[in-house]
Amino acid sequence: MKEHRRGKERNEKDARQGLLISPIENGTVIDHITAGEALNVLRIIGITGTTQESISVATNVESGKIGYKDIVKIKNRELRKDEVDKIALIAPKASINIIRDYTVWEKKGVEIPSEVVGIVRCPNPGCISNTNEPIQSCFLVQAKGMRCVYCDWLISKDITSNII
Amino acid sequence: MRHIISIRDLDRHEIDEILDQAQNLQALHYNPMALKGKLLGLLFFEPSTRTRMSFASAVARLGGQSISMDSVEASSMVKGETLADTIRVVSGYVDTIVLRHPKEGAARLASEFAQVPVINAGDGAGQHPSQTLLDLFTIRQSMPLRGINVGLLGDLRYGRTAHSLAHALSLYEATLHTISPKGLELPSGLAGELRDAGIEVIEHDDVKEVVQDLDVLYVTRIQRERFPDSASYFKVASSYRVTPELLTGVRDHLVVLHPLPRVDEIDPRVDRLPYARYFEQSANGIPVRMAMLLRVME
Repeated sequence: MKEHRRGKERNEKDARQGLLISPIENGTVIDHITAGEALNVLRIIGITGTTQESISVATNVESGKIGYKDIVKIKNRELRKDEVDKIALIAPKASINIIRDYTVWEKKGVEIPSEVVGIVRCPNPGCISNTNEPIQSCFLVQAKGMRCVYCDWLISKDITSNII
Repeated sequence: MRHIISIRDLDRHEIDEILDQAQNLQALHYNPMALKGKLLGLLFFEPSTRTRMSFASAVARLGGQSISMDSVEASSMVKGETLADTIRVVSGYVDTIVLRHPKEGAARLASEFAQVPVINAGDGAGQHPSQTLLDLFTIRQSMPLRGINVGLLGDLRYGRTAHSLAHALSLYEATLHTISPKGLELPSGLAGELRDAGIEVIEHDDVKEVVQDLDVLYVTRIQRERFPDSASYFKVASSYRVTPELLTGVRDHLVVLHPLPRVDEIDPRVDRLPYARYFEQSANGIPVRMAMLLRVME
């Protein structure tokens, strides 16, 4: 009886969320994104206004797991592991669902990479990476934050505002 | 291929090796033709007297030669050439590049594009490993490096030599005493990092509080341009001045160091005291830089 009631509640919740964001046939669903970070997640994985993908975004959706969350659905594109790991910087609890024929084909978490290249701008105005040199920014991920390999600057908070 | 970019890249064993070799070089135990036929490229995009001349002197003493840019104005940088391209081109002319550049991280970038070893001779407010090595070498001439009390006096916010030295001393379990004007304190991130490395960092308002307990007093220049006017500069600078009176009653083996050039921060009367070692420190740049050149060029 209890099981039946829980199932019904879940269906109702799914139905409510379905109004916010519809299922996709093929592609990637990024779930459990830290609330408010969905657009930054898209920036990090390189999906901007100039790219062709069909995207659905829901923000501040109620979540039993993390209170409120954002969800992103990307039609007809399966994100690779190295692409999704980059978002761990701002959405460490995100989960990635690869969808094929409306079914979850693969589900994975995100892991913070050891090196972050070309995603975050060094906040040090005197750093060589902020000039016209033919290099990408590069940070080593350490326990206390991210360290610029060029000038040793340590970013320990507010990574989002430094995303390129 | 071996580069020397940052003191952070060297562990204690490697630093000891370089200092040991410098000691042998200073005792004239070396082959004066060790670098015969080798050419050193001195790329200095910022003014420098000591560092540039001492690298030129070091390579000449080992039988090698050096070439250098006349000035930044005469280089292709004014035509908009990137540092990366300059480094690629100069890599074809010389066997090792010594680089000084105003941007932090320039030497790291150079090492990515160079076909020959790169030695960092100072990149903006960043790293200057040869200075740190010669600072350590000078201290080691008077006492073992392990577990000493070192006072860092002056501009500890922007002074790159103090940052690098503090980091290197953390490998030798030193205790650091910092004394700096308000606003020019050691960056909190660096202080935290040093404490995480297991060493004690103690802040003091006045050098008199601690000078008698020190083994080394490392003085750095307080730059006038950090202050809104001359009056406020002189007021602060005078309270950080090292005088013979300040040094009354200090430990016999105290070593007073300064990366030079000094302005007003050390009274010239201190030059005659046995504690003053800053001119020897500067001369130590030769054996230390010879050791660095042998490490990457031989």
